[in-house]
Amino acid sequence: MAWRDDWRRVRAIARKDLTTELRAKAGFNSVAALGVTILVLLGLALGPDAQALRNAAVGAVWVATLFAGVLAFNRSFQVELESGALEPLLQYPGPRWTIFAGKLLGNLIFVTLMVAILVTAGVVLFGVRLTAGWPSLLGVLALGIVGLVVLGTFYASMASRSRAREVLLPLLLFPMLVPVLLAATTASKALLGGDLMHDAGAWIRLLIAYDLVFLIATFIAFEHVIEA
Amino acid sequence: MVNGQPERAIDVSGLGKRFGLRWVLRGVSFDVRCGEAVGLLGPNGSGKSTVLRILGTLLTPNAGTGFVNGLDIVRDASRVRGQVGYLAHTPGLYDDLTARENLRFAADMLGASSTAVEGSLERVGLAHVAGERVRGFSAGMQRRLALARLILRSPRVLLLDEPYSNLDAEGVELMNSILGSVVGSGGAALVALHELAPARAALARTLTLADGRIEARHSERPGRDHATPIPVTR
Repeated sequence: MAWRDDWRRVRAIARKDLTTELRAKAGFNSVAALGVTILVLLGLALGPDAQALRNAAVGAVWVATLFAGVLAFNRSFQVELESGALEPLLQYPGPRWTIFAGKLLGNLIFVTLMVAILVTAGVVLFGVRLTAGWPSLLGVLALGIVGLVVLGTFYASMASRSRAREVLLPLLLFPMLVPVLLAATTASKALLGGDLMHDAGAWIRLLIAYDLVFLIATFIAFEHVIEA
Repeated sequence: MVNGQPERAIDVSGLGKRFGLRWVLRGVSFDVRCGEAVGLLGPNGSGKSTVLRILGTLLTPNAGTGFVNGLDIVRDASRVRGQVGYLAHTPGLYDDLTARENLRFAADMLGASSTAVEGSLERVGLAHVAGERVRGFSAGMQRRLALARLILRSPRVLLLDEPYSNLDAEGVELMNSILGSVVGSGGAALVALHELAPARAALARTLTLADGRIEARHSERPGRDHATPIPVTR
């Protein structure tokens, strides 16, 4: 059955990407270390005021995730280019959206692991107290990760053919991520504060809509981008 | 058509490809019949790799048409990929995976079995290093592993870009036996080469590309009469 073949390819790419990343120790370790360093530096810059630290915690975690994520997205296509493996990858039979889906799945797992470390570090370093709304907070985190990874993976594929890909990716990605980061940060902050004004819902709906639109758009556009 | 199969495994007409303002291919036309291996000769930059990459659906032509086993390389690209085995100039392997993991990945992508993985490793003589990471392999071993990936399933058409580079005498023999078995079973091969010598025994004829055009066509068995060009006709 075609969908089983497609799903087998998606899993194979994700597994291959995660294996190569975890074996190339520079990969995950350097990305996680960058994220934690950003958190520590932001914590030091904000000073000892406990309330100020708690207020800034959500933003700090997203900033750290953003910068560490860019490194991860760049690497996911660099692996193919370094070894000349992009051509064999494109030459396998089957629809090319499966390549994007495989890369996306690999990056989702990678970034989720990284965010788990960063959130733990953020809670400890910034003295965050979790409220009763923590399951919703996890949901917001998941929606934010999806938005970040969908756009990050897509723009990394677009920038991968360019010599200046390390510079090009943030230039393309950061403006597009503003709505995701704004919605995720504001919704998370509202939920951490008990959502007294009931404004988290609107931001969560915006996140869902944004994720859906770009999930569909990037799947459609990927084939044209990777062939260019 | 013979038994419902097209007689021509590859049929290219007026193929043109432009990178920026520069035309790399200018109206290339040729065919490769089923059961035939054809060499594509020419100096660096003559367009050999571009022809192979277009036929392998990695590039889209700017002009002309191309068919692989009767399938249009632009409209039926996905089905063409299912019929073609493409060996690029670089082996395209993952350094941090072992030889077996590289082939398992390829097998998953191709829908080949794990038995095929072990069989391919045996055939190319890499079974004893199957558990080692590719990072430590020599260029020749990497080439052999790329060959193992090529024969994981039985492609109907082989597109080979400088397949003999980095191969020792045994590797050349292996390459020719793979070519022979594909061609012998009614498949076809188009082989881009700098040097004719290692492939001489395996090729039925050769085409010479120069400056993006077919400059000369050489008759059957290039080993004997490759010095005598046949007038270019279509």
